[in-house]
Amino acid sequence: MLLGRNGAGKTTTLRTIMGLWQPHAGEILLDGAHIQGLNPAQIARRGIGFVPEDMGIFSDLTVEENIRLAALSGQPIPERLEWIFAAFPALRTFWHSPAGTLSGGQKQMLSVARAMIEDRELYLIDEPSKGLAPAIVATLARALKDLKERGASILMVEQNFSLARALGDHVAVMDDGRITWTGTMADLAGDTTLQERLMGLKMESA
Amino acid sequence: MSNTAPSHAPTITRLPLAERLKPWLPVLLVPVLILLGFLAIPATSSWLTLTVSGLAMGMMIFVIASGMTLVFGLMDVINFGHGAFISFGAFVGTSVLLALGAMTGAPSLLLNLLAVAGAVLAAMVVTGGMGWAFERVIVRPVYGSHLKQILVTMGGLIVAEQLIYVIWGGHEIVIARPETLKGAFTFAGAALEKYRVLAVAVGLAVFLALRLVLRRTKLGLIVRAGVENPEMVQAMGYNITRVFVGVFVAGSALAGLGGVMWALYQEVITAPMGNEIMILVFIVVIIGGLGSVEGCFIGALTVGLVQNYAAFLEPKLALISNIALMVAILMWRPMGMVPVVKAKG
Repeated sequence: MLLGRNGAGKTTTLRTIMGLWQPHAGEILLDGAHIQGLNPAQIARRGIGFVPEDMGIFSDLTVEENIRLAALSGQPIPERLEWIFAAFPALRTFWHSPAGTLSGGQKQMLSVARAMIEDRELYLIDEPSKGLAPAIVATLARALKDLKERGASILMVEQNFSLARALGDHVAVMDDGRITWTGTMADLAGDTTLQERLMGLKMESA
Repeated sequence: MSNTAPSHAPTITRLPLAERLKPWLPVLLVPVLILLGFLAIPATSSWLTLTVSGLAMGMMIFVIASGMTLVFGLMDVINFGHGAFISFGAFVGTSVLLALGAMTGAPSLLLNLLAVAGAVLAAMVVTGGMGWAFERVIVRPVYGSHLKQILVTMGGLIVAEQLIYVIWGGHEIVIARPETLKGAFTFAGAALEKYRVLAVAVGLAVFLALRLVLRRTKLGLIVRAGVENPEMVQAMGYNITRVFVGVFVAGSALAGLGGVMWALYQEVITAPMGNEIMILVFIVVIIGGLGSVEGCFIGALTVGLVQNYAAFLEPKLALISNIALMVAILMWRPMGMVPVVKAKG
């Protein structure tokens, strides 16, 4: 879990790992192999799924087309699709509708579902709960928890501490482009003083 | 996996009929124009002749403009050099047709069509290759800068035109249509030029093929998604640069096909002919909605019909008819008839 104030550099970190922005210094390794300098398509094919902050939905494409595009191996696997429909029933309902007609929450579900349609080494997820109603955040939390239980590694940026606490094992806190603290979620969640010191505000409790 | 239904059950809100029909209104524009033409033109035979002529002209402009609208939509590249591919296509195609004089002069539809197919193939191969070189040498260094794109692609156009003068000379070349495509046949009392009917059929075939590729294939899906948000397509694992080069080459080849069609339509070719058509091409791309093949198709047919009807009803009006059409359509739909949603850059 990547936490920090606004402007700390969390989104920049995810986009740089994804190859959308180039790093000024340092190295990026995936399974011990350097990936900096590769283009985003090459990085994605190394097994990184990306859910951007703005969701990156293709509004003119239907929900089905958005999902089909995300299946790099060709067609989505039916078993996987059923799993996604169970997590996000709205996507089945609006399967043939243009993605642009979905509500904000449904678009976020589609964005996450696109990343989940195939197994990835690592999922980069940027503020999935941003601007969403609590009921939809709960649905997303269930789906992401399920994804994690299937053995997926997730690097998530999240401002909603309840969601972060429910999903996170390890935490890195960023400030001014640098990691200022690392530890376990249990350590951070149990220490409100530490939360205040690291992030400058008292986190809401669940 | 939890199978519990979410507390926010999805709901479908049915929009009012008028709202649901709104995106389809531009599709009605072509039949409405044809109907208006029928009401305004006194003789049915004249109306029929003008309608086929307008549709043929529209189809040829569509073939030329379809690649350009995709290139703009996909990579935000304004290519003023597109006219060079039209001219080159026309000259290469004409050279092939002149070389195949025995086939074009024979009174056999099959031989004539084979000669035309050979000319089209040669033109598309040459202009496709030119497109590949144009993208690598001229366009690639100026991605992201519209002003530089306009300047360098204009420069590319001038160089290409001069190359035509060097290769084929400065004079215009007259090209006769193949024997069985000359003349007209009579339908419902109207004289319909055979070549124009063929142009309508070719244009329609290109539109259907493009639609099929864009709507039914994975490649089409990548192109449509790329028009909206190329960065996200990259992040999903697709090399958008390679796709763009492919679209650029295909668009250039289609301009070459359009050049051959236009050459046989006008029966005379000149080096600046491509540049001269580009005004109509730009109007079609803009009123269609930048990046939309469907909008480009509707826009091209509208432009062709308006030009032909206006030239018959009020010849002086024909000079401004297309600009007036563009102004009217942009006042009605500022993003074009079939706007393409672009991700915020």
